[in-house]
Amino acid sequence: MSTTNVTSSSIEEVIPDKRDQFSLTDYIGPAIVFMAFIGIWYLFSTVVLPEQKRFLLPTPHKVISEGFFVWRSGERRGLQPILLSLWDSAKIALMGLSITIVVGMSLAVLMSSSRWLERATWPYLVAVQSAPVLALTPLIRALIDGTQTQRLLVVVLIAMFPIVSNTLFGLLSADKSQHELFTLQGASKWTRLVKLQFPAALPNIFVGLRISAGLAVIGAVVGDFYFRQGGVVGIGAQIDVYRNRLWGAELITAIILASSLGLVVFLFFGWVSRRAIGKWHIINRGH
Amino acid sequence: MSEVPASSSALLSFNNVSMTFDEGTKALDNVSLSINAGEFVTVVGPSGCGKSTLLRIASNLEANTGGTCTIDRNSIGYVFQDATLMPWRTVARNVELIAELHKLPKSDRQKLAAEAIELVGLNGFEDKYPRQLSGGMRMRASLARSLVMKPKVFLFDEPFGALDEITRERLNDELLRLFQHEGFAGLFITHSITEAVYMSTKVLVMSARPGKIIASFDVPFAYPRSHDLRYEPEFGELCGKISHALRGAHE
Repeated sequence: MSTTNVTSSSIEEVIPDKRDQFSLTDYIGPAIVFMAFIGIWYLFSTVVLPEQKRFLLPTPHKVISEGFFVWRSGERRGLQPILLSLWDSAKIALMGLSITIVVGMSLAVLMSSSRWLERATWPYLVAVQSAPVLALTPLIRALIDGTQTQRLLVVVLIAMFPIVSNTLFGLLSADKSQHELFTLQGASKWTRLVKLQFPAALPNIFVGLRISAGLAVIGAVVGDFYFRQGGVVGIGAQIDVYRNRLWGAELITAIILASSLGLVVFLFFGWVSRRAIGKWHIINRGH
Repeated sequence: MSEVPASSSALLSFNNVSMTFDEGTKALDNVSLSINAGEFVTVVGPSGCGKSTLLRIASNLEANTGGTCTIDRNSIGYVFQDATLMPWRTVARNVELIAELHKLPKSDRQKLAAEAIELVGLNGFEDKYPRQLSGGMRMRASLARSLVMKPKVFLFDEPFGALDEITRERLNDELLRLFQHEGFAGLFITHSITEAVYMSTKVLVMSARPGKIIASFDVPFAYPRSHDLRYEPEFGELCGKISHALRGAHE
């Protein structure tokens, strides 16, 4: 029998690609907000703050000239010590984030495979999430040796929850009929996880990653405050020093750079996410 | 009428199959039917009468609580109500999926997938993602996926129910062409009497819950069937009889 292919597919049209394209308008918004931010900053450091407290918030141009354009002055002042501290904290944040991803995703996989385990673990995850980690610092110091390990633990505790909850939610998001398709072929649990649940979870995993990445940076900076030793210290410890000595320009420079680190990490994972799932994941804005 | 003994050549046979769910709902009551190679049997019935449960028992997604169901479980094609494509896979990779789950080597499954895509007329769309396809094309991709392993028995769970009428009729024609070309036995579930008569060698009418087969109609029209068959008087007459039986089923 001849196979006469009905070429009806030419009649049913392919839905055209309608992706979020980058355009100039995408930059105008952030630019306006940035200008407004700088304006308000000037307003505060020249008008709003009482004169004797203005050293706390130097003007933007003073921060640039004294914070960014002094390479090194003494042991702690200048851009170089700030950047060294930032790099020290960035390493802790990235290592902590890596540990969080491995542990958090494994935990989510275990929880997705057993309702019993899910129910047993949830309350404690929520508790860790809401516990003031800073209040635990004496305990952490007593239980764990080594500043690096202590700082990593703070990062992991602070960044863990979004990875676990989003991965778990994603792993459980595959359709019933998609699962049945796998059941009909006698697929193993592992095959189901790798070929169905994990890919289905990717959009959620990336949401979790972006949140956890930001939290990892916060965790690293906060951990620096409490766990430090001689030599190069983390950016959080550096900020603490500037704060105590009332070095306003350096303080603001360090804060800006620490925030930028969070922003870079956030943008990086957004980029990875678009590379990994942008081709198939549907974004609905409702208009 | 419903007590047809399972013949030895039947590819799928139900013998007094009953189904009571855990919570006590009786879905099926003593259903017997058998389907041979080259037969295309359609079940129509009121919503919630247990039509889909028949397919779920045949495919072992549910275990029947009474009677026996005989089928070669390794040779089932199952087409769901929705296309159940994996959005992260292209059309070609979606069509390969079942062969992949059966651990066929990559070159073999690519070849089989290409053939199946050709059969359903999706060539040229191999690299598209499901979100880029219309509903009808997604259903074609879903059909192609089931065709890859060349199953002897095809189970269809209202596959075209969500499509517009023109697309549905076009896919009816294509499925009939595949049915003749591949020679599988088909068990088809639908709400549409016209679709049932147009596709099938036999139409079974099920009663409201608990589902029982209350009428059986042989469809005398020869294959290949043409689109205009739907407007022949004999076709209309048969549809009328089935509709009448179906109304009885609601009471």
